[in-house]
Amino acid sequence: MTLLEPAPATAIDDQKLFQHRQSAHCESGVVSNLLTHHGVAMSEPMAFGLSSSLTFAYLPFLKMAGMPMIAYRMMPGSIIRGVEKRLKMKWERRQFSNPAEGKAALDRKIDEGRPVGLQTCVYWLPYFPEDMRFHFNMHNLVAFAREGDEYIISDPVFEDVRRCDSASLEKARFAKGELEAKGMMYEPTQIPSEIDYAEAIPKAIRWNSKTMKAPVPIAGIKGIRFLGQNIRKLAKSNQRDKFLPLYLGHIVRMQEEIGTGGGGFRFIYASFLQESSKLLNSAVLREAATAMTDAGDEWRRFALHATKMCRGRAKMDADELDAIINRCADKEQYAWKVMEAV
Amino acid sequence: MKIDEVPQDTARTYGGTKKLLYAVDENGEYTGVNSAGWEVETYATMAAVEQLNLSRADAYERAKAGKTSPLEFHVLNHRMDLDTVSAATGLWKFRVRRHFRPDVFAKLPDSILQRYASVLHMNIGALRQLPDTLPAPISS
Repeated sequence: MTLLEPAPATAIDDQKLFQHRQSAHCESGVVSNLLTHHGVAMSEPMAFGLSSSLTFAYLPFLKMAGMPMIAYRMMPGSIIRGVEKRLKMKWERRQFSNPAEGKAALDRKIDEGRPVGLQTCVYWLPYFPEDMRFHFNMHNLVAFAREGDEYIISDPVFEDVRRCDSASLEKARFAKGELEAKGMMYEPTQIPSEIDYAEAIPKAIRWNSKTMKAPVPIAGIKGIRFLGQNIRKLAKSNQRDKFLPLYLGHIVRMQEEIGTGGGGFRFIYASFLQESSKLLNSAVLREAATAMTDAGDEWRRFALHATKMCRGRAKMDADELDAIINRCADKEQYAWKVMEAV
Repeated sequence: MKIDEVPQDTARTYGGTKKLLYAVDENGEYTGVNSAGWEVETYATMAAVEQLNLSRADAYERAKAGKTSPLEFHVLNHRMDLDTVSAATGLWKFRVRRHFRPDVFAKLPDSILQRYASVLHMNIGALRQLPDTLPAPISS
């Protein structure tokens, strides 16, 4: 699979056109890399935290490959929107009804030397490893140069810059379906020269705290406990042998595979809290970061135990899994309690 | 997670790439760390991929035996399912399900076939037929 190899050095001096920086998650990566490109240096965790994107939601009515959606972060698109609101900046967004028009607009931007964010469907991107190519329409990347028929892509989940032929990129940009991109292309405009972190960070945290304490049974900390109950219930039903292992595998994938930075985005958020504690010189935030790290570690423990049970290396014990999940909830509850003082 | 706890179980699902995780050093400071894979995650991904490959192979056999239309195979061969293909084509699920019936599929007008063809990036001729042998997964 030659396409998986990093783009070779060419006449195009990649580093000068756009500084590629790997990130855990695509959207926070694209947002932070584009802002950094425009002179507002920003880390990935900062983009994630400022947009108040941490959450937990168990959404049985949204199906993914026949499984209920389990979200550890807010809906795709919320980081782009959240940063816009918190930093008082703007994104110029464009969608296209016609792929040829979308390609022409992209080429114009690139030829003007303006890197742009693109929303794509992972399945049609040939540089993705085969086992990761699924129909997910909300994958973000930056296109910043072109050469012959190929685009030079800064896909933040990869270590190096990638290349993608124009036909594949067009398929990926114009893939139809749920949350389809319609060629969505975006770039930051009206960027503030300075960010008032003392104002933005506490606001972002308080906003996020609301989602985690939402008074609904399937979201936030209550939602985490709900997931534990749900596993216990399945273990008592006739779905124990066939569905339950697949379901647990699905939870682990949502938590670890989908660019979460480990522990269902909890480590990214903890890193944001730690960076904020330094910016604002806050002992409270430092403690909150440690508490959030503990929660992330507990989620990793859950993934480990659940997988052992699925593989038959340990006895299926739903009560134990429920107990671990409740510990995740307890630890997150504690972290948010600490943050009440922000 | 501490830096030395970041798993490095080289995962075939990563295709030789590494992903970025966030972990703390001995002073508790966060930093991005590359991971070559985590066995736990690889197992979950592979279980899902195997499931997809199984249903794809199963559809191929059923289509070969005339129990389902080539359409169902082509849909699954592109890692789509009833939900995704219905959302992508804008055809209701019950209609797609009907189109999986060989007798119904055989009589479909080109206008409907074209909707599937453009979503799957195939031509109508290829869509009507079943390949002679089961192709390797992801043949775009």
